[in-house]
Amino acid sequence: MSQSTEAAALSSLSVPFRPGGVADGSASLAMSEDIARATQPQIENSVLEARDFCLWYGEKQALKNISMEVPEKQITAFIGPSGCGKSTLLRSINRLNDLVPSVRVDGDILFEGESVFGAEVDTNLLRKRVGMVFQKSNPFPKSIYENVAYGCRIQGISHRTELDEIVERSLRSSALWDEVKDRLDDVATGLSGGQQQRLCIARAIAVEPEVILFDEPCSALDPIATAKIEELMKELRHQYTQVIVTHNMQQASRISDFTAFLYLGELIEYGPTKSVFINPIRQQTEDYITGRFG
Amino acid sequence: MNSQPISPQAPSPTGPAQLGVDAVRARLRKRNAAARRFRLLCQAAVACSLGFLFLLLATLCLRGYQGFFQTLIEVDIFFDPQVLDPDGSGDAEVLASANYGSLIRSSLQEILPDTEGRRARRALGELVSLGAAYELQNRVAADPALVGTTQALSLVASDEVDLLIKGELSREVEESERRLSDLQIAWVDALDAQGRVRTRLSRYFFTSGDSREPEMAGVWGAVVGSAYTMLITLLLSFPLGVATAVYLEEFAGKNRWTDLIEININNLAAVPSIVYGLLGLALFLNVFGLPRSAPLVGGLVLTLMTLPIIIIASRAALRAVPPSIREAAYGLGASPMQALVHHILPLALPGMLTGTIIGMARALGETAPLLMIGMVAFIVDVPQGPLDPATVLPVQVYLWADSPERAFEAKTSAAILVLLTFLILMNTLAVALRKKAERRW
Ligand SMILES: Nc1ncnc2c1ncn2[C@@H]1O[C@H](COP(=O)(O)OP(=O)(O)O)[C@@H](O)[C@H]1O
Ligand SMILES: [Mg+2]
Repeated sequence: MSQSTEAAALSSLSVPFRPGGVADGSASLAMSEDIARATQPQIENSVLEARDFCLWYGEKQALKNISMEVPEKQITAFIGPSGCGKSTLLRSINRLNDLVPSVRVDGDILFEGESVFGAEVDTNLLRKRVGMVFQKSNPFPKSIYENVAYGCRIQGISHRTELDEIVERSLRSSALWDEVKDRLDDVATGLSGGQQQRLCIARAIAVEPEVILFDEPCSALDPIATAKIEELMKELRHQYTQVIVTHNMQQASRISDFTAFLYLGELIEYGPTKSVFINPIRQQTEDYITGRFG
Repeated sequence: MNSQPISPQAPSPTGPAQLGVDAVRARLRKRNAAARRFRLLCQAAVACSLGFLFLLLATLCLRGYQGFFQTLIEVDIFFDPQVLDPDGSGDAEVLASANYGSLIRSSLQEILPDTEGRRARRALGELVSLGAAYELQNRVAADPALVGTTQALSLVASDEVDLLIKGELSREVEESERRLSDLQIAWVDALDAQGRVRTRLSRYFFTSGDSREPEMAGVWGAVVGSAYTMLITLLLSFPLGVATAVYLEEFAGKNRWTDLIEININNLAAVPSIVYGLLGLALFLNVFGLPRSAPLVGGLVLTLMTLPIIIIASRAALRAVPPSIREAAYGLGASPMQALVHHILPLALPGMLTGTIIGMARALGETAPLLMIGMVAFIVDVPQGPLDPATVLPVQVYLWADSPERAFEAKTSAAILVLLTFLILMNTLAVALRKKAERRW
């Protein structure tokens, strides 16, 4: 008990939380138990699991010993101030960070029990199974139809009726069908921002992934478009495992089942969304969600 | 921390009078004037360059348009069997070696005064081009039945007569200083008075190769030579350049080797073009034993010259493709090859084409490296393929500009106009292609 007050006292002096960095051995042991309580909720069916995952951009460490499990067919939110490593963690799951030449990782991320960094892992297959929606909507400068069909085309599906079916199904499940069904051949970049983002979701679900990663999907959208995306995510909840990065805490509290709070590359708190928001264990979490910093 | 509201009435603590509306408005006038001046300056620059361009084109057109035309003399030629085939053998060889100039002289003699004597006959012959006799010979070779008939034909006038008719030759000059004698001028005037002198678009200029006789010299050989050379340059440099750029941008990691390659490519873009000519001479002619003066070798040399330009432009175009498009493709599980072919290349293509246009335009105007590989030779025949000896337009311009005959002056300007037309056609095609590539998405 005395340890948590000490931690609280430290945070109120706005010193970044450093586990085990302040007190003697026994204190740090108690502290790590405290951390374990704050970051290891009961998760039944985990699909993704990070184990002591660290990531460096060149010399700069962006993620520090992240260990967490992501439950199947639930929405998990990553929150935290800008630059804390949310996107980096998300992009490690489908190994999109491979595109950055200077990236080095340690520890592991498991997808259905298998390391995504294994030598035998095919990133093309991994990314087909773990889809992604980006912060800035990025439809291809092609027709709406081609955007949705593209994921299937690269898998070798080229039969027109089959593609038609997939395109319609995906656009329906992303609640875009009625808006675009008469102009499927129009160029996708002519859609509004919110429509483009839903198109990107349709494109992602067209290849029937198991996990969808959302990196701040609403940060460039107006409240109505945001509400539509949130609605959509809720509808997809029981079909896909969804992980969303957001710096909008209301959004996290509205739609997610689990919430992880990251700060300066560390996982500070992780648990069911309700308890994280109503009854945070760590002082830093409380400071962040009450708007005292970040 | 300053919690006071800032309003125009209550000046802010940073600068009391400086930021007042009146002070700002006073300075605004100055700022706007400066903006206007700057705009004017830019407009002046545009006007200046347009003016120079217009001046250049106007001079060329004024000087060159005469080069497209040719003076013809209409005469009735009697294909006299006595001259062509005295034995009546009908042998093709006899017909080919007959004296056709004599036929022309005889016809002229009939319609002109004061043509008695051998000297007058020689002078008569100088009115028409040497090529006119070849033309008659070709006609008879094609149709031996012409022998014994009389035909109304238009004969190509000699270059001096041509200049006289076009008003480029002064009649005031002393007779001894002129190439045409008073008698010859009188004959030309007589022909003109009979309505036998005509000026037409020159058939030779647009259909034949080079010639020692200005009135017979054509630009077509050089056009075909340029076309073959450009085709080979394009076919080699575009795929090679794009593939190199793709490798360097998309596949090669960043290490000492790629740095070295990059530095070398940038340096190659700045190498004087004649050096490529020397390289081509040493490598393609001496080592590989390719034929001299051939468009193939010219194309190879110009490829070496154009490659760095295309590589640099293509790399810039690839780098300009937004990373979000790559991420979108990879995020869906596209392989690097699929992302490249389906998304990155189509987006980079317009930029690559721009680089190619610049490179090709430079190659089209290039003379120096081609001199080194013998494309400067005097070539009469229009090349039939990329291995035939040929010359190219800029080299043809250079050759004619260097010729002593005055009639080549107009031909030179006319050839420059043809070169510019070629360039404009090529660029229009490329720009249209680029537009099409841009519109695809
Ligand atoms: N490509 C990169 N190269 C180098 N550093 C990067 C790169 N991407 C992100 N970073 C750094 O890693 C840290 C985490 O970034 P990011 O994951 O984008 O944060 P978030 O998404 O939480 O705002 C930041 O400090 C950022 O500067
Ligand atoms: Mg981010």
